[in-house]
Amino acid sequence: MTENILAPEIGPRGATGTWLHRYANPGRFLRLAQPALPWLAAFSIILTVTGIVWGYFFAPADWEQGNAARIMYVHVPAAWVSMAGYAALAVCSFFSIVWRHPLADLAAEEIGPVGAGFTFVCLISGALWGKPMWGAYWVWDARLTSVLVLFFLYLGHIALIRAFDNREHGYRAAAILALVGAVNLPIIVFSVQWWNTLHQGNTISITGGSKIYVTMLYPLLIASVGFYMCFITLVTARLCSAIMERKTRALLLAAAERGA
Amino acid sequence: MNLTPFIDGSYGTTVLFLVGIFALTYLRYRSATKRLAAVEKRP
Repeated sequence: MTENILAPEIGPRGATGTWLHRYANPGRFLRLAQPALPWLAAFSIILTVTGIVWGYFFAPADWEQGNAARIMYVHVPAAWVSMAGYAALAVCSFFSIVWRHPLADLAAEEIGPVGAGFTFVCLISGALWGKPMWGAYWVWDARLTSVLVLFFLYLGHIALIRAFDNREHGYRAAAILALVGAVNLPIIVFSVQWWNTLHQGNTISITGGSKIYVTMLYPLLIASVGFYMCFITLVTARLCSAIMERKTRALLLAAAERGA
Repeated sequence: MNLTPFIDGSYGTTVLFLVGIFALTYLRYRSATKRLAAVEKRP
């Protein structure tokens, strides 16, 4: 029933990628996601609280930066999630443009505000670290500027979706912006290598291991997993809400048509 | 330099953001669930 009601508005719009459409069905997504939401929320809260409390109260102070290094436990996870969120936004936009994936537009719409929020936290916490360490809240450094551009890309995406009377046009325009803006992601990651930046280089890398000791690494990783889980939980909950809102609207319209 | 306001400011911003966005998302989810249930119950 859910599928039939949603089909005229957000149903499959192409013949390609049958398996994609199978798993992109809004009704099926809702049935799978709703039971998982309480678990996702519980894990998110437990991991995030553990990481933040460990970083704030129990992690050792840095030998050089002292207690200011504690900002790392919120700044770095927020930065990672803001970039991963934009990558997810770009993937959804790609699916939307190429396969007309039924859930892709909705997912992109719901990722935007959450990703912008995490980017805002990253910028604010970075500025609050910069003042005692560099003597300035802001410098036009390559890393800082590219993250600011990421924040504006998120805002642009949010605004563009809502800028057209026809939502489909908004989705298309925003998807193109998201894909073009994805070029900013490698610029953020490699900015500290390509340019002589005030921002420090990568402390942790997938290939190069970690430059910090485990007493600082563990709370950082726990907070990071917690932030990722928060992002996934929030986007899933927002996506479920958006599907239910559309279904409600479709049912009300159907009832109004029957009554007319 | 007293670092406490900077550290507390960073953690405060983060916690406020997380609590705020979780609360807003929960309220929207609950409202969407209730409205859908009410519409589905209609004859």
